[in-house]
Amino acid sequence: MKVAVLKGGRSLERGVSLRSGARVEDALERLGHEVLPIDVGSDLVERLIAERPDVAFVAMHGVGGEDGTVQELLEILGIPFTGPGAAACARCMDKVQAKDAIELVGLPTPHWFAFNQTAFREFGAGDALGRLEKTLGFPLVVKPSRGGSSLGVRFARSPVEVPQALVSAFSYDDRVLLERFVDGRELAVSILGDEPMPTVEAILLEGDRYDFEARYEIGRTRFACPAELSAEEERAVTEAAAGAYRALGCTGFARVDLILGDEGPWLLEANAIPGLTDTSLLPQAAEAAGLSFEQLVERILDLALSPQGIS
Amino acid sequence: MAEVPEPTHRRRSHAGTRDLERYAGLFAERTGVMRSSAMRDLMAITARPEVISLAGGLPDTSTFPPQSFAAQMTRIAQESAAKALQYGPTEGFEETKDCILEVMGAEGMLPDPDDIIVTTGGQQAIDLVCKTLIDPGDVVICEAPTYPGAIPTLCSYQADVVQVECDEDGMQVEVLEKLLDDLRSEGRRPKFVYSVPSFQNPAGVTMSLERRRRLVELARAQELLVVEDNPYGLLRYGGEPMPPLYQLDGGDFVIYLGTFSKILSPGIRLGWAVAPPPVMEKIVLGKQAADLCTSTLTQYFVREYFAERRWQHYVDDLVEIYRGRRDTMLEALRDNFPAEATWTEPDGGLFIWATLPDYIDTSDLLAKALRADVAFVPGQAAYVDGRGSHSMRLNFSGVNEDEIREGVRRIGKVIAEQVDLYGALTGEQKQPEPEQQSAPNVLPFRKAGEAG
Repeated sequence: MKVAVLKGGRSLERGVSLRSGARVEDALERLGHEVLPIDVGSDLVERLIAERPDVAFVAMHGVGGEDGTVQELLEILGIPFTGPGAAACARCMDKVQAKDAIELVGLPTPHWFAFNQTAFREFGAGDALGRLEKTLGFPLVVKPSRGGSSLGVRFARSPVEVPQALVSAFSYDDRVLLERFVDGRELAVSILGDEPMPTVEAILLEGDRYDFEARYEIGRTRFACPAELSAEEERAVTEAAAGAYRALGCTGFARVDLILGDEGPWLLEANAIPGLTDTSLLPQAAEAAGLSFEQLVERILDLALSPQGIS
Repeated sequence: MAEVPEPTHRRRSHAGTRDLERYAGLFAERTGVMRSSAMRDLMAITARPEVISLAGGLPDTSTFPPQSFAAQMTRIAQESAAKALQYGPTEGFEETKDCILEVMGAEGMLPDPDDIIVTTGGQQAIDLVCKTLIDPGDVVICEAPTYPGAIPTLCSYQADVVQVECDEDGMQVEVLEKLLDDLRSEGRRPKFVYSVPSFQNPAGVTMSLERRRRLVELARAQELLVVEDNPYGLLRYGGEPMPPLYQLDGGDFVIYLGTFSKILSPGIRLGWAVAPPPVMEKIVLGKQAADLCTSTLTQYFVREYFAERRWQHYVDDLVEIYRGRRDTMLEALRDNFPAEATWTEPDGGLFIWATLPDYIDTSDLLAKALRADVAFVPGQAAYVDGRGSHSMRLNFSGVNEDEIREGVRRIGKVIAEQVDLYGALTGEQKQPEPEQQSAPNVLPFRKAGEAG
């Protein structure tokens, strides 16, 4: 089969994407497929039309590749592709939209407020920040609404730290959210097709838990897979993740991140195109489920060619 | 005879070698600090052709006359092909050392040729010094900020890096003295002090004569080695020439590192180290283990190039070009950076160090700047401890004056957006001429153009 591997692009996560893409290409070659690597640029459509791949493996992260843009193009061109469709990607990419969708179906996600720059620049939203103490409490987490890999994500431990955290987050997107900080275990559930994979727990060894670098480098964060959870916890976590996956309209695969607090799981976000690098969580979860990386890649391709969600 | 099968994967030597987990258990502990950083990922984006990169440290090689290059290489091919294609001595050719003596002589130094080793760029000289002197956990002192490229080297030898703040007169030697006292009371003896005293990378500052004298005295009194890295000494655009530490010390406690990269070409990968004989002996052994010898071909090229006796004119030409670019960048900074920003005004070298209000993180700013197609080095790259996050290094040697103006304009625009936003967030009215901030900056440099 002729498989186009879409990678790179102009997003800030280009580096991670190139690593994901390279690893997928290797696996596809070992599986005997004809691989067409494409570093996504302005000639994408032209190349896809000229090369007519049977399927596109989307290994892009961040704006452009994970937000539905590329998926929309592939839908127009009629090329089957891996991962969720354009609409689901757009919902996952935008944390505010994703949280809305999750809350709408009654699933727990930490309380939040979303602001765009205009609110501060033109409507004096800064004056409302003083109320955060009562509504969200401290510490709180400030995140760009669209962005990945923890880029621009900051803790604010007290009200005076909020403006600076907002300036950082606004460097990545025009909309940011301020989210109540939920203390607990950091978990990720990858879902492949309609099957939740074993839960991964990220255990930070050093540094700040929202450090961008720690997540992509061996040695700074330890990952336990499957996470040590009681049967009841496991069920609650998996059900919440699957519920979010459904609510967001995901197909193919996605990774749902949550915090397991004292009162149960809290859904943070879903990644429509989770990383596939050496240190990424989806491959680890698949391995714990008995799938080698090649088998994982093959399964992802199968799902692209015969899409099915969780029924 | 068995047929040799056609290799099936031409693009890569071995499919599957990307699976890190297969090898992770084999890695040496020191590789734990050799990280592929997020910042490096961001820097990868700066390679896009539409990006004006003020991030690199590239000298301008576009003015080197191609006909001269061709003539020299032809001469080598015709007269010394066999030798130029052969291995050479580990220490480097005597003829290369003659060229090095000329370069060092231009700054008033006269080392013994036997104390010199020719290295594969100045970077290898740093590596060899570390290899020779550092055991895991040893204290090494360097400037804050320091040359970003020295940090991975120091860390890969597992040094405990301690940084001493700089001001506009370079490393604060009085702070160093205090640090040395503290370390002594803990029973720790630093292996060496690493310094770029002239037109420092990244800060652009130059150590004052008084501090140079004091540093050399300290080294002598405490038998402390100072590693003087001097890639830019001859690229002076203003001010008075300053004697290198090596000259002041005479070479007993100063290990000197030089390079042809900034006065001729970084592509030829030729640098050197000068060290006292017992240290040099070990460095030579380390060099032998690393790569046997420095490229013979490029040493021949340097020999031919120096024989033309034009090298100083070429440096003069570069100085003219870079002076213009520095002035352009300083002017662009005055026109485009906010009043709260400070920056250094270097008398030479390739870099300006700018510091922004402390609510601006320059790594985040870089993400924004890249969307505006401009890049710089975030200040954190010059520290081992996460400091420097409000500063940036700007290079003015590798891009032309129009690009400098446009690049600084674009950076100024994204900074202005951050400043406005912060003002809106905190309800602080924007003041046309806010008071000079003094405390929060990493480097207490005075604002350019102001009286000190």
